[in-house]
Amino acid sequence: MDPSQTTVVVGMSGGVDSSVTAQLLKEQGYNVIGIFMKNWDDTDEFGVCTATEDYEDVRLVAEQIGIPYYSVNFEKEYYDRVFKYFLEEYEKGRTPNPDVMCNKEIKFKAFLDHAMKLGADYVATGHYARVSHEDGSVTMMRGVDNNKDQTYFLNQLSQEQLSKVMFPLGHLEKSEVRALANDYDLATKDKKDSTGICFIGERDFKEFLSGYLPANPGRMINLDTGEDMGSHDGLMYYTIGQRQGLGIGGEGGPYFVAGKNLATNELYVVSQYENESLYSTKLTASDVNFINDVEDGRHCTAKFRYRQQDVPVTVLRIDDDTIEVVFDAPARAVTPGQAVVLYDGDVCLGGATIDTVYNEEKVLEYLG
Amino acid sequence: MSVYVDYASTTPFDREILNEVMDSADVFGNPSSIHRPGKDAKAALQKHRTHISQKINAKPKEIIITSGATEANNLAIRGTADRHERPHMITTDIEHASVRTTYQNLSEAFEVTFLKASENGLIDADDLKNSLRSNTVLVSIMLVNNETGSIQPVFEIAEILKDHQALLHVDAVQAFGHMEVDVQKLGADMLTLSGHKIYGPKGIGLLYLREGIKLSAQLTGGSHELSRRAGTENVMWVHALALAMEKAADERAQRSLKEMQLKERFLNELTAKKIPFEVNGDLNQQASHITNIYFPWSEAEFLLTALDMAGIFVSAGSACNAGTVQPSHVIQSMYEDEERALCSVRFSFSYLMEEDEVTEIVSQLDAIYKRLSK
Repeated sequence: MDPSQTTVVVGMSGGVDSSVTAQLLKEQGYNVIGIFMKNWDDTDEFGVCTATEDYEDVRLVAEQIGIPYYSVNFEKEYYDRVFKYFLEEYEKGRTPNPDVMCNKEIKFKAFLDHAMKLGADYVATGHYARVSHEDGSVTMMRGVDNNKDQTYFLNQLSQEQLSKVMFPLGHLEKSEVRALANDYDLATKDKKDSTGICFIGERDFKEFLSGYLPANPGRMINLDTGEDMGSHDGLMYYTIGQRQGLGIGGEGGPYFVAGKNLATNELYVVSQYENESLYSTKLTASDVNFINDVEDGRHCTAKFRYRQQDVPVTVLRIDDDTIEVVFDAPARAVTPGQAVVLYDGDVCLGGATIDTVYNEEKVLEYLG
Repeated sequence: MSVYVDYASTTPFDREILNEVMDSADVFGNPSSIHRPGKDAKAALQKHRTHISQKINAKPKEIIITSGATEANNLAIRGTADRHERPHMITTDIEHASVRTTYQNLSEAFEVTFLKASENGLIDADDLKNSLRSNTVLVSIMLVNNETGSIQPVFEIAEILKDHQALLHVDAVQAFGHMEVDVQKLGADMLTLSGHKIYGPKGIGLLYLREGIKLSAQLTGGSHELSRRAGTENVMWVHALALAMEKAADERAQRSLKEMQLKERFLNELTAKKIPFEVNGDLNQQASHITNIYFPWSEAEFLLTALDMAGIFVSAGSACNAGTVQPSHVIQSMYEDEERALCSVRFSFSYLMEEDEVTEIVSQLDAIYKRLSK
């Protein structure tokens, strides 16, 4: 591929990663175009749209690098395909992963389509992941920076999507990316990494969620003793294994969330981090996406949440859309709604959404 | 080849005017000073003001020089509202942001009626008549809409207001240079103009204020502009405004004829290429330089990006600070159709353009249309 004849649209967020992405591609001689995605309509206390500052940074960096830059509005698509799902999952008592959905539906669907219609050959983002295009098939691998690897969030991408994608940062450590931003003196070199869910930003999660879903306080029960531990603020505010935010300390603490009973609106807690009710041995998951074929009975490794250590598992194929994942050893706090992502060494094989968690053959029905 | 076809957003500063203005830079005094250089500047200012006033059939002291149309509109509206206890005011849904937002802000404290446009892009004078109240003090309406080019029934409205205390404020920013703007014939009590829409500099504009009408100053300080707008006068730019107005008025017939020809050619070529489109509003009641097109096959945001990449510079709706396109409130008011508002683009022509530039615009549109229909 001749870079000078190849148009790459870079998804620029105004952060340091996508800035360096654009810079590296430009240096390699590609015809680079930066596009900022506006996915969420929000105004601050002065009525200023919060995307403005980020777009300003895109503008500064694009001018520095010398590339055209544009903006595209996906607020409606994001609301319909990501945010509604996010709320629905919480209503079901599950803990969704909007970033996985955002990659699947927005960044690598709506945005990718937009770029292709504009005449792009590829879309590039600042994700820490690697893709290799060989013999008409694509393999996605973890970013070399183990701590930043983002393949977990990219597990739902198809061969077709990945065939049009570049991740120029995948072979770099985050520290190297920062150093490059410094060397190029990019306007975003000192910008802090964004944290948390993009549409919530720096705001309080509870306060945000309560603006969309009614908080329904209930009782908090010690799962081992049956003791009433006081009240909880609403089941949706808690996730399995979580320690903070319980509002109980003092005697017998700390406590960990071990389950939610939607029918009785009870939150179950236990007093030990390693309490056995937090452990499971297998799960079933749907929305299966295999990037490379995974045969029934495949032994590989898996992550049940972002930044967790891989654990060895066996994958059983139930049907086209469902898998069972059996763990070699019991795993703690596996949570429905989150993604299970499969790996063979550095290769990300794909993933699915966790539906049901088991301890041996017993359904852990209050995990949610 | 790249083509700028967004002259309703702004025009290039006429070099001839710039050169002539530069020659007058030696008259640098402060017009408020009582020494000779000050008096020289004052005399120059007076000459330019007279010159300006003649171009709209007004008197020199009826001209308040401002930093542009936004300030002039704010002065007209806020300056009137400030003088009344419980005023009612009338404007339209399709005004420029400097009028619309100002009224929206005022509507928290005062009563404001916003008139809707019909599908032809026009405000109905009868609607206005029916909205008048005994305490209506001001009516603001644009002569030419900046997004569709629709020429509003200002004469009719002026006629209606003859028997009413309400003042008539006309935003004529998009009209001057494309049609006659005569404050007496229009029956305007106030009228707004801008320099940079008529090949003059940015940062200069004016409010015509009929003799005898009082306004509360919004910028206070010295007694400049008869105490209606404080701040040392920008004599050079006032000169440039006078020259731009003179040239635009003198060449109006040729300029608008050329604009009309370019617009017609554009619409004919779109039709010839079989690119699906509809003109927003009534083509027969629009100013020479603006046309607003609904392309049912693409959102304007996409089209603006694709056209920019192809070297065609055009605009749509209003831009948000994050660079995205907000659907046009004007098309929305006319059709009550958000999809149509999202898919409409404004093309605004200039006498400076060549016919092959129009062909280039259409051929790039055609290429994008073909790519999308694949």
